[in-house]
Amino acid sequence: MKITLPYSGLQWSDLWFVLQGIGNTVLLTVIAATIGTIIGLALGWARGESKTARWAFAPIINVVRSVPLIIQLILASSFFAMAGGEASPLVAGCVVLSLYMGVLTSELVRAGLASVHITLRRAARSLGMSYWQELRHVSAPLALRAVFPGWVGTLIALTKDTALVGVLGYVELMRATQILINRTNEALLILTGAGLFYFLICYPISRYCRRLEKAMNHD
Amino acid sequence: MFGYTFYWSIVWQKLPELAAGAALTLQITVLSMILGTAFGAALAIGRQGRGLGLRLSTAWVELARNTPALFQIYMVYFGLGAFGIHLSSYVAMVAALTFNNAGYLAEVFRGGLSSVPKTQMSAARSLGMTVGQSYARVVFPQVFKTVFFPYVNQLNWALLNSSLGMIIGLRELTGATQAAQSESFRTFEFFLVAAAIYFLLSKIVEVSARLIFRRLFRT
Repeated sequence: MKITLPYSGLQWSDLWFVLQGIGNTVLLTVIAATIGTIIGLALGWARGESKTARWAFAPIINVVRSVPLIIQLILASSFFAMAGGEASPLVAGCVVLSLYMGVLTSELVRAGLASVHITLRRAARSLGMSYWQELRHVSAPLALRAVFPGWVGTLIALTKDTALVGVLGYVELMRATQILINRTNEALLILTGAGLFYFLICYPISRYCRRLEKAMNHD
Repeated sequence: MFGYTFYWSIVWQKLPELAAGAALTLQITVLSMILGTAFGAALAIGRQGRGLGLRLSTAWVELARNTPALFQIYMVYFGLGAFGIHLSSYVAMVAALTFNNAGYLAEVFRGGLSSVPKTQMSAARSLGMTVGQSYARVVFPQVFKTVFFPYVNQLNWALLNSSLGMIIGLRELTGATQAAQSESFRTFEFFLVAAAIYFLLSKIVEVSARLIFRRLFRT
């Protein structure tokens, strides 16, 4: 007896499925990038300006940086389950990725603030500017300029890391790909398409970023 | 907390399995780093040349850096099937991580090589050293120093990235944890312990790297 596996070929409706996956990837990236950047700016400023903050946040930063994202995601989702509220994978993904993005951004912001010469800041203060005026008109513009290329790099990393939220059952592009592979057994074709999507987003940005870095190092 | 009772003894019973998983994690990490270093060095050299070598190595580096690691793993594990290549999840994982590491390390090495001014080579040569001697005694020691911490960083990434093995059914630390918790569904407890093990491993890498650096480059 010949056994035929119940694979079914690709259909046009699958394209819609993949597009939904792409939409979910973009949604998650945008939310996590926005919240993460806000967290990163605040955290980086706090850690740059105060020793207490540096000590207080050190454990969180250490943990976020040295535990695999997959495990952070699973822990967050099972934590929500324990706390009683069944959180959607999107929420758990947003919480973990925002925190992750925030921690990485805060490192950049801290380094950016440290790159502003202390003499410059003192000069601004001695002109009569308040702390906040100095931060807003002198330090922040200079620091953000230095931070920008690194931030874009982090954004690319975040886009790629959203693929991991599929583990929680969030049907983003990678998860959608895997579901389609299981059904159609057309791994190479589907994977090439998915890879192309990530590449077409990440590659131009990373090239732009590299050019920016080069230009900044020259002046 | 939240009416949830933590239940740890079941985790301690499974500790040998987690330890075996951790050993596999280390094995994959080290193996993929050794292979990645060899390929990464070749890619860095290839990118300095021209013609086909330049194009191939550039394609490798950009693909490795601009697509998710999970995509690369899927490609090796599922995608190569289209060419009749069926790899075990272990081999697929090592191959995909090697691909990923080599791409990132190539950039690290290139940065290291370009950080040593050309005049250093000229100076060494004019002192009567051969090309080989100049590289071995003047250029490489300096490259090694600038490359050291980015390299350790990549080692850490490889350690964290190896957790993706779970998704293709590999029993490394994350996969072993997933399997161990599936009997009791004490997800949070199990993955918290796994997170602690990853944290410990990552810190051991970081601290020993700092000690080695101090010993090697004491000035």
